[in-house]
Amino acid sequence: MKRVYVQEQWCLACHLCEFACAFANSGQEQPGDGALAMSRALQGRAAAINPRIKIEEKDNISFAVSCRHCEDPICRKSCIAGAISIVDGVVHIDQEKCVGCQTCVLVCPYGAVMPANDGHVMQKCELCTSRANGGTPACVAACPNRAIVFEER
Amino acid sequence: MSKDNKKTANLAAKYVIVGNSAGAIGCVEGIRRVDPQGEILLLADEPYHTYSRPLISYLLLGRTDKQRMLYRPADFYEQNQVQTLLGPEAKVEQIDPKDKQLRLADGRTVAYEKLLAACGSQPFVPPTKGLDSVKKCFTFMSLADAEALQAAITPQSRVLVVGAGLIGLKCVEGIAESVKEVCVVDLADRVLSSILNAEAAAVMQRYLEGRGIKFIMGDCVAEFKENVAVLQNSGQQLEFDVLVMAVGVRPNSGLLAAAGAECDRGVLVDEHCQTSLPEVWAAGDCTQGFDLVSGERRILALLPNAYMQGDCAGANMAGQVEEFCTGMAMNSIGFWDKHIMSAGAYEGEALVSTSANGENYKCLFVKENRLVGYILVGDVARAGIYTALIRERQELSAVDWQLLQSKPQLMALGLAKRRQQLGGIEA
Repeated sequence: MKRVYVQEQWCLACHLCEFACAFANSGQEQPGDGALAMSRALQGRAAAINPRIKIEEKDNISFAVSCRHCEDPICRKSCIAGAISIVDGVVHIDQEKCVGCQTCVLVCPYGAVMPANDGHVMQKCELCTSRANGGTPACVAACPNRAIVFEER
Repeated sequence: MSKDNKKTANLAAKYVIVGNSAGAIGCVEGIRRVDPQGEILLLADEPYHTYSRPLISYLLLGRTDKQRMLYRPADFYEQNQVQTLLGPEAKVEQIDPKDKQLRLADGRTVAYEKLLAACGSQPFVPPTKGLDSVKKCFTFMSLADAEALQAAITPQSRVLVVGAGLIGLKCVEGIAESVKEVCVVDLADRVLSSILNAEAAAVMQRYLEGRGIKFIMGDCVAEFKENVAVLQNSGQQLEFDVLVMAVGVRPNSGLLAAAGAECDRGVLVDEHCQTSLPEVWAAGDCTQGFDLVSGERRILALLPNAYMQGDCAGANMAGQVEEFCTGMAMNSIGFWDKHIMSAGAYEGEALVSTSANGENYKCLFVKENRLVGYILVGDVARAGIYTALIRERQELSAVDWQLLQSKPQLMALGLAKRRQQLGGIEA
């Protein structure tokens, strides 16, 4: 299965992946939208966006962290609500069922699950391949330096 | 023998599962990973589709409903070809390991080749003088408990909760905004004493008091007189309308103990989640299995643990040898918008940090170059990175421990580990 993989030597810590993720999951994105539409949609929200991919950086090292879509995910086995399942290889959170207990945060070894904006349900990368731009997750499409790629490994 | 027992029994299946919560569901999924066909019969004395017990507080809080709190989709049993017998008539009265048969409450017998007992736990209600004079007395464990409590409370209710542990306080969160007042009494010197040290408990008690909850710690009820509780130490008399008894839970190990399975406080299971009886496995709150951190067999009555035990047992029942050796105490629990996470053992050196406003608390326990436990109150982001350090018994000298202490992050684990974790490149 294709996943988002990190090539950290190419990461510039530009955070564009985070903005693209927030935009793709904002419900405001339209087919064909480019950087301009994104910047308009997220204008003034730089501190408040809540993306599902996040950059870790220190000194001159940086890289993006998002859900690994484990084959046997410990978050699924631990979810007390039965809200996490695997749909066509993608680890999916049913936000209708999720109660925000954060047991997934307790067990995820990547730190790749976080509360959604209201704090009452959880969110994480669900590989937004069904979005308008032809099956590439928004973060990967936005990365200017191939520091994240979407491929089989 | 396994063929003969089927002839004399009313019902028979290759795999028989007693229980219908996380351990039982894990078992179904574990069996089906290995054996897509073998007959599964699931027995439980509650007349419901599988639901998540820990969600009953969220049901009272209005954050879920009976449909959404199903632990698996409505067609789960069909999809997994599971026959079910759900209701009081399916309560298992006896296990006969010699003939590999069960006897049900309605008198029928069930023959099994492989048995999983996921019998759960039940609320422990300490015998207290006058308890039977209390008209509205509840426990808080099952959907039926939650529905009964919900029906009993009104906006005028004064609720007394005996027990400031996980169950008692989740119950408090569930009802606090629907009643007039809530008072919690516990003999322990601190709230959530099973998962918090004194400092963390003080932060939480302060927070909950800020939400209007009253606490009386270090005391217990000596006697109930209808709607009055007389406290043991202070002699104080508390008036209440509704009583919730949430002192603790006890494993339902009686069925297996009577069948001759080795038991301590819970049913002892090995690394394959098998009991001492042939062809009998067990999972969940009724068991006492290996604790990764202490190396001993402990009761770890936690939903994730129950699921993973059941899953492991199921695979083994279907003939695939698997081990579950990563069980440990771990909890994620929230009250309104304040979260707590804890894991492992509170031993060794305690590295404490608190936020300036006193609302966040963090304590990391380090012993022999390893993280063995932690308590986080408030800021719980990415705590799973800490949990993984415990689970993997990571030597701290091989990571940037200074950096990890400030907050959980993959940066501290080094390039080789990151290439493996994020790049899919094996070391």
